[in-house]
Amino acid sequence: MNTELQAVDPFELTETQKMIRDTVRDFARETLAPRAQELDRKGDFPMQNFRDMAAMGLTGIPVPEAYGGAGADTLSFILAMEEIAKACGSTALTLAAHTSLGTMPIVQFGSEEQKRKYVPPNASGEVIGSYGLTEPQAGSDSGATRTAATRVSGGWRVQGTKMFMTNASVAGLFVITAVTNKDAPKHERISAFILERSFPGISIAKKEDKLGCRASDTCIVNFDDVFVPESNLLGQEGHGFSYFMQILDGGRIGIGAMALGLAEGGFERCVEYSKTRSAFGRPIGAHQAIAFKIADMAVQIQAARHLLYHAARLKDAGRPYKREASMAKLYASEMAMRVLREAIQVLGGYGYMTEYHIERMYRDAKLCEIGEGTSEIQRIVISRDLLGKL
Amino acid sequence: MILAVCIKRVPDTNARPQVAPDGKSINPQGIEWVINPYDEFAIEEALRLKEKAGTGEVVGVSVDPDGNESILRKALAMGVDRGILVKGGSMFDGAVTAELLAGVLKNVKADLILFGKQAVDSDSYQVPSLVAHHLGLPRANVVTKLEIQGTKAVCRRQIEGNEELLELSTPCIVSCQKGLNEPRYPSLKGIMAAKKKPLEVLEAPPIEARIEILKMEPPPPRPPGRIVGKGREAVPELVRLLREEAKVI
Ligand SMILES: Cc1cc2nc3c(=O)[nH]c(=O)nc-3n(C[C@H](O)[C@H](O)[C@H](O)COP(=O)(O)OP(=O)(O)OC[C@H]3O[C@@H](n4cnc5c(N)ncnc54)[C@H](O)[C@@H]3O)c2cc1C
Repeated sequence: MNTELQAVDPFELTETQKMIRDTVRDFARETLAPRAQELDRKGDFPMQNFRDMAAMGLTGIPVPEAYGGAGADTLSFILAMEEIAKACGSTALTLAAHTSLGTMPIVQFGSEEQKRKYVPPNASGEVIGSYGLTEPQAGSDSGATRTAATRVSGGWRVQGTKMFMTNASVAGLFVITAVTNKDAPKHERISAFILERSFPGISIAKKEDKLGCRASDTCIVNFDDVFVPESNLLGQEGHGFSYFMQILDGGRIGIGAMALGLAEGGFERCVEYSKTRSAFGRPIGAHQAIAFKIADMAVQIQAARHLLYHAARLKDAGRPYKREASMAKLYASEMAMRVLREAIQVLGGYGYMTEYHIERMYRDAKLCEIGEGTSEIQRIVISRDLLGKL
Repeated sequence: MILAVCIKRVPDTNARPQVAPDGKSINPQGIEWVINPYDEFAIEEALRLKEKAGTGEVVGVSVDPDGNESILRKALAMGVDRGILVKGGSMFDGAVTAELLAGVLKNVKADLILFGKQAVDSDSYQVPSLVAHHLGLPRANVVTKLEIQGTKAVCRRQIEGNEELLELSTPCIVSCQKGLNEPRYPSLKGIMAAKKKPLEVLEAPPIEARIEILKMEPPPPRPPGRIVGKGREAVPELVRLLREEAKVI
């Protein structure tokens, strides 16, 4: 029986996309999976994983070749994310934040000079990227940003606090938002900046302890009167909010892929288990209650995959994809929670134990319903797109 | 330095191949094909030798009855510079494969030709030696350490509880054993570059088959295990069965 849903499905991936998927799958299985449990237990940043990914060029998948990346398409990035998440959620989140949020804003909106200076070290993995939008008083309502940048001679002075910055304690580069004109209309108040870790005044206020993705680094970061040279304003003044809304559209496909990978990781273990574990004289998979769970999981995983690959393809084709990205992220992350909850159930008591991996995946997957826009926010994005602002 | 690597497409070692309805071949349905695992050591070694020399070319050569390019593309993604695919031959006739390879390698003029020590599907261990014969080259089989010193290839191989040290003059043929190196994963850049690298496809000249496959059968199912008793008391019976029935002691 073929439990690898991808192998039999007509996704019509290109040879290159298949090779990327298969290579990352081998790497994730052989290298990342054996380290996942201990990373989760210790909560240390997966530095060795990051270096190994860098050595393979996984730290710059969608970055154009001209700036040191692999120049692959969004779908290739999604396939890689999915395979990495199957093995280790923390590592997947690390890579998603580094790539979609810590690097792509500069690729998409940076000046030629900024791209030449900052993108290649991120793409090669020499420098880790981090991104700061969320604040104590500005989460879902990211337009409520209070961090302020005041114009001074030769640049700006940034003052404020950012919450939950993934990768912050190990990052060499921060991309953040700050208010540059508090009197402007809401969406023109904010600008984006590129900050080097070495700029004086940046400090890690707290490294968070958390439910899942425990090896991913999440920090509160203080920016205390940080001088940022004029050349580090990202794109145009007052466009920061709009840039980040666009960046999140792309990032959401990545988080969706993470959810998909986690669900698949649990599903694969579950299928194996239901064939080998016996109860009442039969493999548990021969009990219809378990068999039907497997069927339901497979359908939901496949549906999420269709939504995600479709959104990625729209982006690759240069077509609008905001609604599709939101739909894919919303469905995939809620699907992962359902599938992994049932996967634990299939394994019974063993599913509840850390040794069997699925409880970790379940904890990791919860992040996908929160990061890069909560499920509630996705429903707002989708319904506004459908209904307009009523 | 020109390095040639001969690679074969084999079913994924995790797959359980089924016999096709004709009873003489493997059912290709649902099979994932991979580079023969021992050939990966050969590819890695060639890439390292080239990297160490700082110059040179690595040429991948494969004989494939279906003309399937997938494993050569993967070799290109790992860093091999160009590929030559010979469409023809058969998966199990090593003599034909060797003749076809020799025909191509004659023109490649490699300083070193690397093989895996065996193909994990046919397991016949013969192709490197047959190619050496056709080309009149020295060869070392099942090598676990290789060093190029000028025009010499210094090879180490494990023999019955000992190690053998061979010195071959180049050009020569070396077949690679596990332990020689740790094959790399293709890098993303390598994968992206692979589709732009040259891959020449040649039609195999007609060569008379030396082997005819009459029948393929799955191995017989293993008989179930048996528990002969518990504790000390079971030992004499166990020894008797091992001696008389299983005939292993
Ligand atoms: C592990 C982790 C990593 C993160 N990494 C980063 C990062 O790298 N960079 C970064 O900037 N941020 C990061 N975040 C922050 C994340 O994006 C926010 O937590 C998220 O956007 C929600 O914001 P909040 O936590 O302030 O919740 P709130 O906005 O306070 O929301 C609380 C609840 O109210 C709901 N809600 C809010 N508004 C509405 C509404 N209008 N209608 C209906 N319901 C609503 C929300 O959906 C949620 O359920 C990370 C978060 C986590 C958990």
